[in-house]
Amino acid sequence: MKIRTLEQLRALAEELRAARDHRPCVRVCGGTGCRARGSEEVLARFKTLLQETGLAEAVDVKFTGCHGLCERGPLVSLAPQEVFYQGVEADDVRAIVTETLARGTVIERLLAQDPVTGKHARREQEIPFYRRQHRLVLRFNGILDPTDIREYIAVGGYQALGTALTHLTPEEVIEIIERSGLRGRGGAGFPTGKKWRMARAAPGSRKYVICNGDEGDPGAFMDRSVLEGNPHSVIEGMIIGAYAIGAAQGIIYVREEYPLAVRTLEIALAQARDYGFLGEEIFDSAFSFDIEIVRGAGAFVAGEETALIAAVEGRVSEPRQRPPYPVHRGVWGYPTVINNVETWANVPLIIERGPEWFASLGTATSKGTKIFSLVGKVMNTGLVEIPMGMTLRELIEEIGGGAPPPREIKAVQIGGPSGGCLPKALFDLPIDYESLTEAGAMMGSGGLIVMDDRTCMVDVARYFMDFLRDESCGKCLPCREGTNRMYELLTAICEGRATESDLELLEELAHVVKETSLCGLGQTAPNPVLTTLRYFRPEYEAHIRERRCPAGVCKALIRYVINAERCTGCLACLQPCPQQAISGQLKQPHVISEERCIKCGICYEVCQFGAVEIV
Amino acid sequence: MREVEAIIERYGAERRHVIAILQDIQAQFHYLPREALLEVAARVRIPMIDLYSIATFYNGFSLIPRGEHVIRVCLGTACHLKGGTRLVEALERELGVRQGEMTSDGQFSFETVRCVGACALAPLVLIDGRYYPKMTQRKLTQVLARLRRARPAAEIAR
Amino acid sequence: MTRLSINGIEVDLEQGTTLLEAAQHLGIEIPTLCFHPGLSAYGACRLCVVELGDGRLVSACTYPVQEGLRVRTHSPRVLRARRMLIELLLSICPSSKRIQDLAAEHQVERVRFSVRDERCILCGLCVRMCAEQMMAHAIGFVNRGYRRRITTPFDLTSDVCRRCGGCLYICPVCELRCQGPEAPSVVCGSCVTPAPTCPPVYGDLACYMGAAGECGTCVREPPPDPRSSDLRRRRESV
Repeated sequence: MKIRTLEQLRALAEELRAARDHRPCVRVCGGTGCRARGSEEVLARFKTLLQETGLAEAVDVKFTGCHGLCERGPLVSLAPQEVFYQGVEADDVRAIVTETLARGTVIERLLAQDPVTGKHARREQEIPFYRRQHRLVLRFNGILDPTDIREYIAVGGYQALGTALTHLTPEEVIEIIERSGLRGRGGAGFPTGKKWRMARAAPGSRKYVICNGDEGDPGAFMDRSVLEGNPHSVIEGMIIGAYAIGAAQGIIYVREEYPLAVRTLEIALAQARDYGFLGEEIFDSAFSFDIEIVRGAGAFVAGEETALIAAVEGRVSEPRQRPPYPVHRGVWGYPTVINNVETWANVPLIIERGPEWFASLGTATSKGTKIFSLVGKVMNTGLVEIPMGMTLRELIEEIGGGAPPPREIKAVQIGGPSGGCLPKALFDLPIDYESLTEAGAMMGSGGLIVMDDRTCMVDVARYFMDFLRDESCGKCLPCREGTNRMYELLTAICEGRATESDLELLEELAHVVKETSLCGLGQTAPNPVLTTLRYFRPEYEAHIRERRCPAGVCKALIRYVINAERCTGCLACLQPCPQQAISGQLKQPHVISEERCIKCGICYEVCQFGAVEIV
Repeated sequence: MREVEAIIERYGAERRHVIAILQDIQAQFHYLPREALLEVAARVRIPMIDLYSIATFYNGFSLIPRGEHVIRVCLGTACHLKGGTRLVEALERELGVRQGEMTSDGQFSFETVRCVGACALAPLVLIDGRYYPKMTQRKLTQVLARLRRARPAAEIAR
Repeated sequence: MTRLSINGIEVDLEQGTTLLEAAQHLGIEIPTLCFHPGLSAYGACRLCVVELGDGRLVSACTYPVQEGLRVRTHSPRVLRARRMLIELLLSICPSSKRIQDLAAEHQVERVRFSVRDERCILCGLCVRMCAEQMMAHAIGFVNRGYRRRITTPFDLTSDVCRRCGGCLYICPVCELRCQGPEAPSVVCGSCVTPAPTCPPVYGDLACYMGAAGECGTCVREPPPDPRSSDLRRRRESV
């Protein structure tokens, strides 16, 4: 059925709400993290048991988008009881159905528990991880079934689009986005309204809007969760943007590593067409628009906008110098607006609630909220959405729960391979574009990796350089050759073969790569090196001057030793050792032969008594 | 090749669809056979070297056949910090091949990927599309042994 | 017409002119490797970088003139960048006379990277020559990043190559290196005497940079006599 007017849409929303509200519902998180832990079996078991107990007619069961607390998955939430269960396995489902659904009793062992007070949290809002967030873009993840457009409509979806097409001119839409202060969420933070204005002003009647869903930063899965959890928010945002700049065709570029996101989008687009939100004369206006999906074929550099354009055009993802900028000459030479997934998802919200409301969140220069993927050495890993301006400390300690004891947090890496590592001393920095850039890091797409005292910062720099030299498109000399040489130098440092002059050379090379590379990949590639040099220089110096890795990571500089006092002589480590390097009798302390040891770490993994030490 | 023809028809024989065409060929054959590439270049009318550039540029394409079991070790940042590199080394030892290669009996091919977006489960290994969260070297050895043992049954089934 | 300033000189140029063309128009020489006037500009070698008013370094061969742009073609940052790029090039391809000459012209006297001695710097001139001028499309880039190389499809003998020799002709590095006195060493420079960059570029006019000494050439010590044994010893140690 095609929706032709805003009134018609509102009436439908009312109707759907009346039918669905108050209906008991079981929401199983269908994000990749929870699926990897068995949430598909959990869902299947719910369906079977609800049939069995005759509750299938009365209770809805569905998959929702990533709910964020990935560390504790699979997550299941129940409405209207407002119970939030975590770590749910298929075998727990029977108890949930017979006790919580049928009788209303809560199963304590499936609730979140405060590690200090021991108190159980029944509702999501009682859990510190969620309480301190400000979930706007993610507000429907964990609630909506992303494969049913009616659920999106029921909560007011596509009304922002209706408002825009019925009551606003394209100019007015652009003005609203400008007033809101929305900045690109892909990393660079360019003012979105300004970009749209430039595209609108560009000559020509054929224009494009593109959604950059390439999300290549390792450790980042924000965009994926938005595309899988609430695809219509992105689609609606793109239609509004296309109306604003005068584009008739849109493209969503999704990386091929996200097949679930592609499938979810295909379903969502088909449904949007069915309802008339895509296609000819949307909302009975003169505006026609449709979207196609283009899958990435696997290249981090394709996230760079000119490289993305090349991929869409069927070429290798080689960037080109700008100007001309895509807003003037983009895909096939036409003016193109490219925005990140999260940027598009913010647009309907801004139209719906107004630019002043959006501008009231965040800081003076960084408005709104930002989604981060908080991972690494922290208790609560997962997806969080916070207002701009929250400090790193609050995010890592209050929401993330700090490091699992006895480890201590040392640094946080922000912005992926283009970003930088900031030390604990800077954790009172507010999270906004300017503060992070000044400190030498970058907001990036939102990947936040927490590191502890067992993380070697030189090894981290080397890891990123390995990634970047592999992902470099290879076109320009400084990036192609420079990242490779930086990797060589970092390897020499990690293996204890480097000298002081190697460190100077590394720094000098880093600056030239940063200044002369053709595109953003090369220009930001030295950031991990430069920030670790700036804040963790003593670690580099220890590797060079003392041939020592303070964190106990760099294989060439560590040894595995068995502490004779702790060793119980259980023989557990002898057999798994691939080099047969451990010798010892039952109940006698075991010994590792240094010549044979290849430092694989299996004995460390296996020992239950903590007798294997890294020195 | 009939399947290749069908795939080209699905999108249209235009340059801008070559990447999608190659992706579908990769999905069907688990690699890009040379005959398929030659046919696509001819039908879409682009120089063979341009198509070959594309086929070798992107991670998603493989010009050599993949093994019966495809093992992917995630080397995203969280997985790296939690021991992903050790898993790669363990696989190199156990399988006797380096990453990106296939064992001589064609049973295993193993590659590394950069972040599959399940960072809370680091370190992660995907085997034949199935996720193995919080992997350790010991568990990896056990899974490999199980897959090796299962092979005779698969041969009988064929 | 667009008005911009290059090294302090104001000039009016047509839209679409590149900064490289603009500099050449004024007689300012900017080194290039991957650029050729008969082929499309690629902007890959980055040797032609120039400094813009906002501090960015951009490749002159691909950057179009813009109203009000302030360009410096030989600022300290530009020269520092060029020297490092040349050092990288030497470490890849020390046997190229063209790169040796560039090294000598830019006072690059040492290579601190491990030397690979390859024959290709991936400037892409041969690929563009084959595609744009000869319309053969016989060779191209394969792989990505540090694994990138130039070859035919599947590394097989090409059946579209017409053996025209265009790729050999256009290649800036596949020339035989002169077998002069310093032949085996990584940095030679024997046949181009290291000299300050000022005189060849600006003739006998006052320094356009307006800040004598900033580029580091006119206040350096005079270059050592290439025949001196001191220099030979220094070169041997590289």
